[in-house]
Amino acid sequence: MLETTGIDATENAAEDVLHVDAASVRYGATTILDQVDLTLEKGEFVCVIGPSGSGKTTFLRLLAGLVAPVQGRVLFRGTEHRAPSREIAIVFQDYANALLPWRDAEGNVSLALEAAGVPRSERSDRIHTLLRTVGLAGSEKKFPSEMSGGMQQRLQIARCLAQDPDVLLMDEPFGALDAMTRQKLQDELLGIVRESNVTAFFVTHDLEEAIYLSDRIIALEPNPGRVSQIFDVDLPKPRNQLTTREMPEFLRLRRELFDFIERFEQ
Amino acid sequence: MTALKGLALPAALLLAWQLAVMLTGLQSDTIAAPDAIFAALGRGLTEPAFWADTGDTLAAGGMGLALGFVLGTMSGVLFGLIPPVGRVMRVTVELLRPLPAIAILPIALLIFGFGYRLEVAIVAFGTCFPVLVLTEAAVRQIEPRLSEVARALALSPGARVRKIVLPAVLPRLFVALRLAAGIGLIIAITVEIAANPIGLGARLMQASNSLRPADMYATLFWIGAIGWALNWGMLRLQLWLFPATKGAAQ
Repeated sequence: MLETTGIDATENAAEDVLHVDAASVRYGATTILDQVDLTLEKGEFVCVIGPSGSGKTTFLRLLAGLVAPVQGRVLFRGTEHRAPSREIAIVFQDYANALLPWRDAEGNVSLALEAAGVPRSERSDRIHTLLRTVGLAGSEKKFPSEMSGGMQQRLQIARCLAQDPDVLLMDEPFGALDAMTRQKLQDELLGIVRESNVTAFFVTHDLEEAIYLSDRIIALEPNPGRVSQIFDVDLPKPRNQLTTREMPEFLRLRRELFDFIERFEQ
Repeated sequence: MTALKGLALPAALLLAWQLAVMLTGLQSDTIAAPDAIFAALGRGLTEPAFWADTGDTLAAGGMGLALGFVLGTMSGVLFGLIPPVGRVMRVTVELLRPLPAIAILPIALLIFGFGYRLEVAIVAFGTCFPVLVLTEAAVRQIEPRLSEVARALALSPGARVRKIVLPAVLPRLFVALRLAAGIGLIIAITVEIAANPIGLGARLMQASNSLRPADMYATLFWIGAIGWALNWGMLRLQLWLFPATKGAAQ
């Protein structure tokens, strides 16, 4: 599935949503990402795993346009992409910092609509639909400080969906949540992605979460960060927290991913 | 209760002062008995001229504060959001800031002459720097993640300032306003005492020059009361609007 660089890649890129072409990222003298390639197809769910220091978050920031490559390029729908775009939404791990504490749930979702220039008269309906989608109906007037972690992360996802994005980038979004909330949000996220046909790029350090959510898993290795292996996840959909996790294919992938990570733990 | 206990000492001092004056039969051009001071204050409060002077000080000080606050906030936001600009301006700000505002009086007098504009200019000069420094620091301390959210949403610079930066620094901006109001009153009175023939400061000087100690102390007491009421009112307002600033209130 990994595109090789060359003339073909550039021509195909117009049909792909995001295309990374031998991109490198450096901070000072340190190479964080070295010549990574990636193609994201429409509606695809891709997870990124890797030991710490392998550049997972930087990879996400590269796709977001928050960092620019020193070499190579990132194409978004065929054109070079160097600054953030409203069509690419980012769900940050630290939801508490990413929400506006002085705005209630409605106001936080509204921020994305205001940024997109949606007229005031249309905002209210869309806000309510979005809050219902993420399971926050009835919490419209609550402020982030009055919400649990899970609710705050739902709110951040609602704000990202309000951007009506083509791509949803998520940086360990469920990492700070308890196991039950995490599983619930995983299922809700899969539902949202399926219905909106958005392309999802999901960074996680939880290997089982990666298998459960993905169509494809990108494994990065560190020093410098680069794509090491790609795992195709061929598990039936919709996924189920109990049966999917008991399938032989799930267990096989789990073993492979753990073996992969083990190599860097010594 | 604690407030009442705190008033015990000033009340005792006033009483002792009153007794001392009565027992020694004091006749003085510099000291007045408390009863004479309060009588003078009572007289003043019924005089239109007294209220006109109060109004002059508050108007000149208030306009100066408004100007200084707006200038300080705007430069603080600019310097905080664009660090290269802040760095370039740092030396200029650090050179001007420690200058006592009253020291620019001679220059301001040449430019503006006596009157409102003189006082407004000096109060604005004196209040703008503390507001600038506090605003710049507040802007720099905004959660960096919020700046990334603004970038991810492709907010215009104006929308970013209105929707993210100003609301984020609003509580600290109000603290800056309250501190600047205190500074503004001090500068306004000083300008009036030193040169400007308007307001409560000028009234104070007049009373002193014409050897009317009771009027002088009454005006002094009144200025103190205004300063105290201003701070009390703004502190109440701040705690009501931004309950989270309780720690930073004092």
